[in-house]
Formats: sequence, C-alpha cells, structure tokens
Amino acid sequence: MLSPVILVPAVLNGLLTGAVYGLVALGLTLIYGVLHIINFAHGALLTAAMFAAFFAHRLLGLDPYVAALVLTPLFFALGYCLQRFVIGPAAHGQDRNILLVTLGLAVVIENVLLYAFGADTRTLNLDYAFNVVDLGIAFLAVPRVIAFGVVLVIAVVLWLILSLTDTGKAIRAVAKEKLGAELSGIDVGHIYAVTFGLGTACLAIAACLLIPTYYVNPHIGNAFVLIAFTIVVLGGMGSVTGALFGGLFIGVVESLCGLYLGESLGQIGIFAMFILVLLLRPSGLFGERA
Amino acid sequence: MTGPSIGYIALVIAALAGVPLLTASNVVLNFLVVALLIALVGQGWNVLGGYGGQYSFGHAAFFGTGAYVTAILQMRYGVNAWIAFVLGIAGGALTGAVIGALTFRSGLRGSYFALVTLAFAEVLRILASVAPITGAGVGILITLDLRPQAFQFQSRAPFYWIILSLVAISLIIVRVIEQSRFGAWLVAVRENEDAAKAVGVDTAGVKLVAMTISAAITAGGGGFYAQYFLFIDSGIAYGPWISVEALLAPIVGGIGTVFGPLLGALVVKTLGELTKLVTGDAPGLDLVIYGSVLIVIVAFAPHGIAGLLADLRVRFARLRSSVPEGAHD
Repeated sequence: MLSPVILVPAVLNGLLTGAVYGLVALGLTLIYGVLHIINFAHGALLTAAMFAAFFAHRLLGLDPYVAALVLTPLFFALGYCLQRFVIGPAAHGQDRNILLVTLGLAVVIENVLLYAFGADTRTLNLDYAFNVVDLGIAFLAVPRVIAFGVVLVIAVVLWLILSLTDTGKAIRAVAKEKLGAELSGIDVGHIYAVTFGLGTACLAIAACLLIPTYYVNPHIGNAFVLIAFTIVVLGGMGSVTGALFGGLFIGVVESLCGLYLGESLGQIGIFAMFILVLLLRPSGLFGERA
Repeated sequence: MTGPSIGYIALVIAALAGVPLLTASNVVLNFLVVALLIALVGQGWNVLGGYGGQYSFGHAAFFGTGAYVTAILQMRYGVNAWIAFVLGIAGGALTGAVIGALTFRSGLRGSYFALVTLAFAEVLRILASVAPITGAGVGILITLDLRPQAFQFQSRAPFYWIILSLVAISLIIVRVIEQSRFGAWLVAVRENEDAAKAVGVDTAGVKLVAMTISAAITAGGGGFYAQYFLFIDSGIAYGPWISVEALLAPIVGGIGTVFGPLLGALVVKTLGELTKLVTGDAPGLDLVIYGSVLIVIVAFAPHGIAGLLADLRVRFARLRSSVPEGAHD
C-alpha cells in the first residue's frame, strides 16, 4: 500500500484532470442526448481547438484564457454550421449515415492538421504554467486548479441555459420527443445545430484549459475522446451530471492506475474499462436504441 | 435480390487476370495489387456492414491479426508461409468470433457496435506495440526468401494473380451468401432487427456468423499484406487507416453489393494516386481526400457508384421507352 502522502496528491490531481475529461464528455453527451448520435468527430474537433488555442498564443500573443472568450463562440459557430450544412443534410435521417459522416469529418480534420502542421508535438511555454498552490498535503498546478473551477462554472451555466432559456427548453423538448417538439413549432434542424454548437463550444473551452499544461499534436484528441466515450457510457448517455461525475471518477481511476501500473499499461486500463462497461451494461441504456 | 451471375464474376476476373500479360510495369501492377488488397479487406467489411448493417469501425483488428499470425508463425516458429497464411485467416476468424460473441451477446448495436469494435482494434494495437512476440515498437520483418513455397516471388505478377484469386473467392462467397437463406436473414437483420427476431430469425447467431466470415476475409488481406511488403508493425497492422479503408471501399463502390468493394477500391485508390501525382507524397493528404469522398458519397450517392450506375440505367431505359418523367414513381 502507498502512503497518504503519495495517494492524496494522486487523487487530487486525478480530480483536476477528470474535470477537463468531464467537460469533453459533457459536449459528447449533450450531442448524444439530443441528436442520438455518437459524434466521432469530437476528438478531431478537440484537436482543432487545441491547435487554435496554441496558435492564438504563438501568433497573436493571446493568453489561452483570453483566447477562450474568442474561440468558444467561434467553435459554437463551427459546430452549428457542421451540423446544419454538413452532417444534417448528408445523413438523410439515418443514424448509420451520421456515423459515417462524423467519421469522415474526423479523418478530414485530423489529416488536414497533420498536413498543415506535421506530426510534431508542440507545447506552449507560459510563465505561470509551473506555478503551484500548496495545500499542505499536496502541491497542485495553478492552471489545473483554474481548469477545475472553470469546468464547474461551465457546468452550472450549461445547466442554467438548459433549464431557464427558451432555447434550452426547446433542446430538452427535442431530446425527449422530437416529433412532438416539431409539431409544436420548434425548428428541430435549428435546435440540432445549436446543440451540436454547444457541444463543440465545450471543446474550445476544454482546449484552452488544457493547452497551458498539455501538448498538442494532430492525434491528441483521440486519447481524450476515448476517455470521453468511456465517461459518457459510464455516466449514462445524455446525462449532463453523469458526464461530470463520470469525468471526475475516470480522472481518479486513471491517476491511480498510472501510479500502480505505470504509464503504458494505464492506457490499456482505460480501454479495458471502456470495453467492460460497454459489454456489462448492455440493457436499458444501450439495447433500446441503435 | 438479383445479383450478378457467377459467369459474370468469372468474366470480370478473367479480364483482370490478363493485365500482367499486357504490361510488365511494376507501377501498374503494384497499384493493382494494393487496390485488390483493399477490395478484399473491403469485401470482408461488406459482409457484415453492407449485408448485415453492422458498421464496424475496427476491422483493423482482423486485418492485423491475419498479418501478425502469418508473420509470427513464420519468423518465430518456422512454420511454412502458406500454412501460416491459412492459420492467419483462422486467427482472424477466431478474433471476429470472440469479439462478435461478446458484443452481440451484450446486444450492442449501431453506434455502440462501431465504438466497441474501434476500442478492440485500439487495444490490440497498443498490446502489439508493447508485446515482445510482435516485435513491440520495432515490428516484424519477414526474411527475404524468394521462393514460391515461401509465398514470395521474383516478380509482381504472381502476387497479382494470388490477390486476384483471393478477391475472386471473396466475390463468390458474397454472391453465395446473397442467394442463400442465411443472406436473407442477414438482410432482414439489417433492415429491421427487431422484426427479424420477431419472425424467428436467430439474429445474434446470424450476426456472429457474418462477423466470423467478415473477419476471415479481412484477415486474408492482412496475411497477404505481410507477405507482399514483408514488414508489419502495430501502426500498420492494427492502425485506424485500414479500418477506414475497409469501410470506404464498399461504401464508395456500393454497399451491400457483390462488386461494390472491388469497384470502390479501384476508384478510391485511383483518387489516392492522383492526389499523390498532384501534391507529391504529403503525409495526411490522401486521407483528407478519402474522408471527403466518404462524406460526399454518403451525402449524394448513398448507394455508391453501383447505385449511380443503376440510376443511370433506369433513366436511360425511361428515355428510350419515352415514358414521361415520374410515371413509374
């Protein structure tokens, strides 16, 4: 057994990482909850957002936290347009087609980035990246603490949007009963696109929170999105709170696995858990809908 | 369902078999070998995805298993290459059966099936990149031994005829499935799984058999890849690229049709080569093209090129019989 001196920081750091996982999963689960599709382009869009945040700092000198204010609406618009003008029309109303279209988008986005920037891994060197707060029992990196706080705020904001605004109510209506919503005058195509936009905007924020302490390369999104898939399945497809708590849980699990098993096996741990969760909880959540 | 007759398949294969007699160009033959390889891998995907409606995003799991079993048995255990190749197909089929049994028993469908197949392929890729028996990060090099009994040849023509025969076998398999009761069950599962179950089709069993056949065909492609290029590593064998190409070929050519994967592979590979001609060997650009083609086909030609051709034929027939537009609708 490891002593609390090692265990507590590992758990706390896991929670901090898990919050960002939760945000990525939040975007995924929101899109699933309303459109009932798994967005395979989610990881690639996260990669794109991380590149955007990276170059916003490199070329324009924008601090990632400032860049978030610009990138979030930008990625909302991007997500909106993707659903409205690409995924929606291309799908012809069939779930199978949506799978293929989002997979195609993922391949295109990832490889455009690869073509444009090469396979190199890049990092930002921010002067505050290595600042820490001393909790007595653990040191925590300041950017990660900020990320944790921002994620909580975003979750509350999202919850407020969904429960209080007219658009939010329309989103929930479409999620529950698409035909009924359409009959009561809700523009389902628009709501789909707004939801997709919100999910994509979550990625822009996640990217800006990650970039101060993380690196970026054209395949980086895949690592996150598989974790996000695990979280979403674990937390219940379409559940916002499930995504958040699932994220925190997976963050801690990953941190502890890394501690006990080492880096490369820890990676398999996530996949193994993902497959197990998918296989062992088939009914209800999964069985009813393709 | 009226598919092409066996005679028609024989005609197409015979025409293709003549190519090495017309040209000795390595460039042409190499292009055709790779295209036929993708046609074979795509035909595997087509059995499960095209006829059964189960979209796998992880056919790399079977391709890679076929490739690794072929290479490992030869290099580590001194097994004859041909026997290793056959065992590679068996290994792929077994992998398909195991993954299929796990996923279908759990009732995973649609997006979930796509997700879980993707995850299995990734797990195998990571395992292959660390396990000593697969050569870990270095990969496996098959020793050069240019004898037919070692499944290696001086020129490309024999390779071409072998991959063409494999494609021919896969065409016949799919054609037989299409005409069989099993094929009808499979299509019933695709069109409406619950209804198929309700009328007594053993849907899980049908899907499992389809996945096993599908995996075996794709694994044959993997084994051939190992013999042709004499090198594999985890990124090649289990990499996402082959999962994408496996589904791209049938979707572009015509999903759920006998000739779809062959047609699609030829078109997709031609596009890939044209891109390389225009832009040079830039990393990623061919995949950008493939991804775009996938989206465009799904958006504008959901039945692929075969569907477009059938459409044209109908229009042409209508024109000839001068029936007014829409009279048949």
